[in-house]
Amino acid sequence: MSSEAATDAPAEPPKAAGRLRRSFDRNWYAWAMVLPTVIVLGVLVLFPLVQGVYQSFTNLTEANQDEVICTKTLGGGEECKENPKKAEFVGVDNYVDLLTGERGSFWLQFTNTVVWTVACVFFHYTIGLGLAVMLNRRMRFRSLYRVLLIVPWAVPGFVAAFGWKFLFNPRFGLINEGLVNIGLDPVEWFNHRWTGLFAAICTNVWLGVPFMMVAILGGLQSIPSDLYEAAEMDGATPWQRFRNVTLPGLRPVSSTVILLGTIWTFNMFPIIFFVTGGEPAGQTEILVTGAYRAAFEGVRNYSLAATYGVLILSLLMVFASAYRRTLKAQGEVF
Amino acid sequence: MTTVEVSKPAPKPAPKQLQRRRSDRPLLASLALHATLLGATVIALFPVLWILLSSFKPADRIQSSEITLVDDPTLENYRAVLFDTPFPTWFLNSVIVAAFTMVIGIAMSATCGYALSRFNFAGKRGLMWVFLITQMFPVAILIVPIYTIMANLGLIDTKPSLVIAYLTVAVPFCAWMLRGYFDTIPKELDEAAALDGLGPFGTFWRVILPLARPGLAVTAFYTFLTAWGEVAYAIAFMQSRNKLTLGAGLQQFVPQFNPQWHLLTAGSVLILIPAAVVFFFAQKHLVAGLTAGGTKG
Repeated sequence: MSSEAATDAPAEPPKAAGRLRRSFDRNWYAWAMVLPTVIVLGVLVLFPLVQGVYQSFTNLTEANQDEVICTKTLGGGEECKENPKKAEFVGVDNYVDLLTGERGSFWLQFTNTVVWTVACVFFHYTIGLGLAVMLNRRMRFRSLYRVLLIVPWAVPGFVAAFGWKFLFNPRFGLINEGLVNIGLDPVEWFNHRWTGLFAAICTNVWLGVPFMMVAILGGLQSIPSDLYEAAEMDGATPWQRFRNVTLPGLRPVSSTVILLGTIWTFNMFPIIFFVTGGEPAGQTEILVTGAYRAAFEGVRNYSLAATYGVLILSLLMVFASAYRRTLKAQGEVF
Repeated sequence: MTTVEVSKPAPKPAPKQLQRRRSDRPLLASLALHATLLGATVIALFPVLWILLSSFKPADRIQSSEITLVDDPTLENYRAVLFDTPFPTWFLNSVIVAAFTMVIGIAMSATCGYALSRFNFAGKRGLMWVFLITQMFPVAILIVPIYTIMANLGLIDTKPSLVIAYLTVAVPFCAWMLRGYFDTIPKELDEAAALDGLGPFGTFWRVILPLARPGLAVTAFYTFLTAWGEVAYAIAFMQSRNKLTLGAGLQQFVPQFNPQWHLLTAGSVLILIPAAVVFFFAQKHLVAGLTAGGTKG
């Protein structure tokens, strides 16, 4: 293909152009195939993204978003003049305000987000791993267990949130009923920061374990069985086999699902929004819901929400690259 | 616990050893295994069953924690949800929005998934990175600019605005997933097709696409479900009561002080049924595609 291109265009003197031409000849159909996606991403993702980053450096709110103010004149026409208070560029003010706690409660939400993400991903992974290891053995009812255990995955997030809010209801929820039955006091789940977060974490753990379980189960089945036989031959105990065969064999799957799980949990909107709703008084808000409330509640502060967004994205990108680097240092590339 | 672990057989013994091993497992270990799995199953199912059970209780008795199976079961809640609220409209809105997201998302990303799977071209790595990074986009960073753009275009409170917002997630996700499926189709087929004189597009359209039908179906279903369960954009963009989708609509049953649990539970069951049906056909292939795309990325 490339040599053909070269003979086709022998008259092209500059090397760079020739290379470009050859590259085009070789790649044009690949690029054509990628084109629709790239256009969609450019228009729907890149353009708003750039705009969002720009908004985070302005003081844009619902009140000052109009470029011009139009007033009806007596003659029935409209007279427009420039909005004297229109949004303007304010530099890094939003970032300073957010990070110093001048506006919003970034650090409270940040702590909540970290607790929320770490707790959820930890329990997702460990419970998922435990169940997958159990399901990976030959036994009766195996496929039945498997199907029943993934039921929560089929439940849309907001439905799960309502369901668990129902269970955690302080007045008639089953969970308080259970506590009373075993002789404990009922808990006002949503009157305290940590109990509220606990309820939300329970909901999300319930919702997220099946994904981990199925993913890890797939990983377990790809570990060659002769590794286990060899280990057994060498007299390895079951625990040693788990440590030295199962866990290393799962690494490619684990590293992917933990990264994805962390990103998804970090940005998980519906659970916090519906289960705790930030009760009490915004104490259980995470960053994503905090941004949402800044943008769509009270006087809509678009610029502050955009600032939140940029900060969340930066945090995640730092996390993801650190994560990749750690894996690479350990000889794992994905 | 130690007894369980000591008797743990190799997870994948050769078939011949299997018989010996199964009968080998001490009764106690077997019991512990089944008890744990049974416990987990109960936890997995209970919230769903409890909602189902509660949805048949009369509205005035739903706020009781007694576990009663047949104490005056009634379909009144379902009647109320279907005929006294705009629930059917919301349901229809959700179906339309999710269906459009699904079809457009797949159409826009299928060829891209194929190109990523088969060709090495300049910009490929960068594109893969973009897909990974878009997964990291919080709702928070796109929702405001998309909202202001939609407001300028006068599209707020219309279905297209939601479809467009969902596509920001759906297109990269579909491309990523489909690439994983295309990777599982042997390359020899492409070469054979090329020998028979098919160009790259012909190969894709006539050979690969038909073979990838299960993968396409799964990706489509999953995209549908994601849109079906989305709430953040839905609540922000849709304002008139009869234009809401399910996620935003169900919230209407939760006014500040007096949640209407009888409507909530019945509505939840009605939302769950199609989601569950779709899901159980798709789940088996779903994870394979997701992790295949991920590990090779």
